[in-house]
Amino acid sequence: MSTVTIIDYGSGNLRSAHKAFERAARETGTGDTILVTDDVEAVRRADRIVLPGVGAFADCRAGLDAVTGMVEVLEERVIRGGVPFLGICVGMQLMATEGREKAVTKGLGWIPGSVVRLEPKGGLKVPHMGWNTLTFRQSHPLLQGIPDGETGLHAYFVHSYHLETERPETLIATADYGQQVTAIVGRDNMLGTQFHPEKSQTLGLRLIGNFLRWKP
Amino acid sequence: MTLKTRIIPCLDVKDGRVVKGVQFVDLIDAGDPVEAAIAYNAAGADELTFLDITASSDNRDTIFDVVARTAEHCFMPVTVGGGVRKVEDIRKLLLAGADKVAINTAAVNDPDFVARAADKFGDQCIVVSIDARRRQTRAPGQHNMDEWEIYTHGGRNPTGIDAVEFAARMVERGAGELLVTSMDRDGTKSGFDLELTRAIADSVHVPVIASGGVGSLDDLVDGVKKGHASAVLAASIFHFGTFTVGEAKDYMERHGIPMRRDSNAGEI
Repeated sequence: MSTVTIIDYGSGNLRSAHKAFERAARETGTGDTILVTDDVEAVRRADRIVLPGVGAFADCRAGLDAVTGMVEVLEERVIRGGVPFLGICVGMQLMATEGREKAVTKGLGWIPGSVVRLEPKGGLKVPHMGWNTLTFRQSHPLLQGIPDGETGLHAYFVHSYHLETERPETLIATADYGQQVTAIVGRDNMLGTQFHPEKSQTLGLRLIGNFLRWKP
Repeated sequence: MTLKTRIIPCLDVKDGRVVKGVQFVDLIDAGDPVEAAIAYNAAGADELTFLDITASSDNRDTIFDVVARTAEHCFMPVTVGGGVRKVEDIRKLLLAGADKVAINTAAVNDPDFVARAADKFGDQCIVVSIDARRRQTRAPGQHNMDEWEIYTHGGRNPTGIDAVEFAARMVERGAGELLVTSMDRDGTKSGFDLELTRAIADSVHVPVIASGGVGSLDDLVDGVKKGHASAVLAASIFHFGTFTVGEAKDYMERHGIPMRRDSNAGEI
């Protein structure tokens, strides 16, 4: 039995994320303990780390920086320690080199690329809000049991910016919304989803379940 | 692949109970909003909205319990409106498990509240709820013109403010979505006020949810095709079992509107 920490740095609806991870842990039989915490030491001890985030990129970065030692412990555990990591929404965007929302803000620099405003063709609304299907750009253990394409399952998106990756090998899945929207990025032991798995019903619970079993 | 049009059942909650009544056959307690939420979740609803119409401040906390219990079972977006006046109200709802909050009266009284809320929690989280009624105006030498005036306090207080202008101002302040309710149509089952919906949807870049007046499945189709809404909200046609969410999706899909048809709601 292992411990999964969801990092609480003052951003977002952590209760629904907490409940979704608990449900997935029950249904996959991994029996993990799900901890929502701002305690750097708890994150250091965690077997898996989840970084959620809603709102503006710069605010989330500032919120993360405001927890003394959190960015350092993330670097230590995720980059050097190889602990499985999942970023959600702005938590995923923070994996980028930089965000270009309002001002240019440095990200964690784990996935080379920038977070830029969506510019869908055809006068489509921004934010991209609602349910969309995915196109997988490569196979990945976290996508197991999730059908993609037109007849595939849907993910719940709500965002006005997305992560443009510099390296195609880090682009795992996209969605189509008047442009190619980055839906999932990843490399090694880290994955980030622009959509909200904790709000994406079947697709979301499957992805979270896969994350809990993931041995990168 | 496209973004799917959302169907959003709306539950009016008073003192922690559903007030319009919900008549699902499989509900143990038709007055419990959480049971209703679970049933809609299983039926394929794309989001849920709770409108808290609790009058007494003593019972305001009941909605937090409703939201918290819903978050245990429903892994889909939940919006809560009613009585959202302060940043602290929003924080408490989000911590309970809400994803978005709908702001009505407070947005009119203090438009900067919307800006503060959007800065703090992100645009995606802030829905401005616009209750509007038609009025006729006549400039000298012109024909009568319809416009829409917004009301506050659950539709009791006229404000003199034009709905389309107000909508644009709210989006400037950071509203991520607009819930547009026609008070003329609400409860009439005669269809959305399509001109109102379209006037606002065509003038803002954020999604508009059409609300007020749904009586048939054609009304839902019209809300999207003629009203240009990104989502449709309805209460009684679903609560009273006139149509299921699945039937609504079948119908809208047959009329060329892309729908999310994930087969079921929960298991891994």
